Amino acid sequence: MSGFGSLLWRDLVLMFRQGGSLGAAVSFMLAFVVMIPLAIGPDQATLSRLAPGLMWLALLLAVLLTTERMFQQDHEDGSLDLLATGRLPLELVCLAKAAAHWLSVSLPLSVVAAPVGILLNLDTPRILPVMLAMVTGSLALSLLASVAGAVTAGLRRGGLVVPLLVLPLYVPVLIFGIAASTGDMNPSGATPALLVLMAIALVSLVIQPWAAAAALRAYFR
Amino acid sequence: MQTFEILANPNFFMRVARAILPWGWAATVITLGAGLYLALFTSPADYQQGETVRIMYVHVPAAWMALFIYVLMAVSSAVALIFRHPLADAAAKAAAPFGAAFCFLSLATGSIWGKPMWGTWWVWDARLTSMFVLMLLYLGYMAVWRAFDDPHRAAGLARVVALVGVINIPIVKFSVDWWNTLHQPASVVKMSGPAIDPAMLWPLLLMALGYTLLFICLHLMAIGNEITARKIRAARLRAVGAH
Amino acid sequence: MKLIGNALSCERNGRVVFSGLSFAVGAGEYAELRGPNGSGKSSLLRLLAGLVPAMAGTVSAEPAGDLTLPQLSHYIGHHDALKNVMTVRENIRFWAQMLGGGEPAEALHPFKMERLADDPVQLLSAGQRRRLSLSRLLAAGRPVWLLDEPMTALDVESQATLSGIVDKHLAGGGIVLAAIHGEGLRRPDHIITLKGAA
Repeated sequence: MSGFGSLLWRDLVLMFRQGGSLGAAVSFMLAFVVMIPLAIGPDQATLSRLAPGLMWLALLLAVLLTTERMFQQDHEDGSLDLLATGRLPLELVCLAKAAAHWLSVSLPLSVVAAPVGILLNLDTPRILPVMLAMVTGSLALSLLASVAGAVTAGLRRGGLVVPLLVLPLYVPVLIFGIAASTGDMNPSGATPALLVLMAIALVSLVIQPWAAAAALRAYFR
Repeated sequence: MQTFEILANPNFFMRVARAILPWGWAATVITLGAGLYLALFTSPADYQQGETVRIMYVHVPAAWMALFIYVLMAVSSAVALIFRHPLADAAAKAAAPFGAAFCFLSLATGSIWGKPMWGTWWVWDARLTSMFVLMLLYLGYMAVWRAFDDPHRAAGLARVVALVGVINIPIVKFSVDWWNTLHQPASVVKMSGPAIDPAMLWPLLLMALGYTLLFICLHLMAIGNEITARKIRAARLRAVGAH
Repeated sequence: MKLIGNALSCERNGRVVFSGLSFAVGAGEYAELRGPNGSGKSSLLRLLAGLVPAMAGTVSAEPAGDLTLPQLSHYIGHHDALKNVMTVRENIRFWAQMLGGGEPAEALHPFKMERLADDPVQLLSAGQRRRLSLSRLLAAGRPVWLLDEPMTALDVESQATLSGIVDKHLAGGGIVLAAIHGEGLRRPDHIITLKGAA
């Protein structure tokens, strides 16, 4: 197995055995959903209209919750030192970690979010488009989160800074994610929005390895 | 390359800054004074917006400055990343609070202008929304500088944040414009049309020049403060190390 | 192979920890870093591993090959880079793949870690973790070992084992640099003395 594969596999194993991240994120999503009718009232029509947007918010915030720990453990236990002297370039180390985060957190969350939306009276025919948009967008979510995770790798109270770094990056994902979820708002349908969402994911894919590796290198000085 | 080296020397920078500053401040006061006088007294009221249009002279250049300063910050960060010179980090760090202040000024004046125009303090139109996101980018950048004790580490991380942010700005702008056309048909009054009366253009340009001069003076002083702070830190560390 | 440091200076947190440091350690040689706390022993090892930049001076490995000095080096510091929820074998295998080289199965033998191979690392004592961390040297099979106070938390028997694998590594043409407080690993070929803050 190549270094990239080994690291990806190790992160998945850690995520699976330590539990925590995904479970906590899904629980957070459920807690968020419960709060919504309490905050805006239980009117079915209103909830149904707002459901796609609210579920996207739930997804963004749940991913945000898991961002802080992405690089922190490896920084604390010295793994990052060894990875930096490893065969795999630091850029690919960052990419492997983002890929592991996508597979173990963002992707499952984006699959779960739309069905959970039923609790907010999300129209059944809408579930599939919302899920498709979320799965597409989730790649960008993990990639962008990993940049912020790398910046705050050595920060004890990173949780306070992470949202400020990540949420501005999530603005385009949110806008086109919603548009792709609710195609009927747009006369040209949901497909262009879905393509833009893919484009955003690809741009993130290009920027992420460079940016995250540059951030980690700041810890080696 | 030689000139770059000389300009980047902190002591030389301090001497040049000290020589420039009195003239800079004089030019700032004159330009801003003239700009404000033209804007508030001699320029005509708009036939549609009335006297409210005068807010534009404060508002529009502030928005320009907020964008310009972020780009400057990103360029400084790129220079710091490539040439590894600490003065470029200091320039980027020192610029951020002023950029945030101009950003806030443009948001606040936009809001004050919106009350009589739109009948509400805040409207989520494309410009206000993207300026709001820009404000968040400034706050995030400043938060990174504050979060780390070690200035070298903070500098390295702040560079990444500034550069990722500057890539993000056009993407956000594009997204928000697209989002806005989706939700609001273009019924909103545009603040500045393409055809602007010269009597309005002159005070606008003067104000923009005044803001730029003001920023240059403040920025030079802030970089000076940054250099002094570093010298103090170095001296303290030497004092601790001596025992 | 030869490891050469030329007029090295290093700054940490705005303080110059050492300056003008030069040394050369050849294949099969063991160098000891000696000096009081804060004299920059750890910083020098991290500098050689590429984890800390040199303020001035250069380090190089001669003859120059495809791999950089950090890629030839194995740094063992105070943090052991072991994952609690993974077994001993999984940890070793992972690092063997990331650092590239040796045979993970045999690496567990000298420090008698085979018996614990399938236990998760969280069950290990401090001394056992240290032994596992040192076993990684064999699993990774890198020529330059940078050891930061490797004797800590080791019992007498394990100290002897460590000396043994260092001897074997040197006999195979390896290079070992170790920051040492008390007793050394063997008779040093070089002593690099760091004076501490002037």
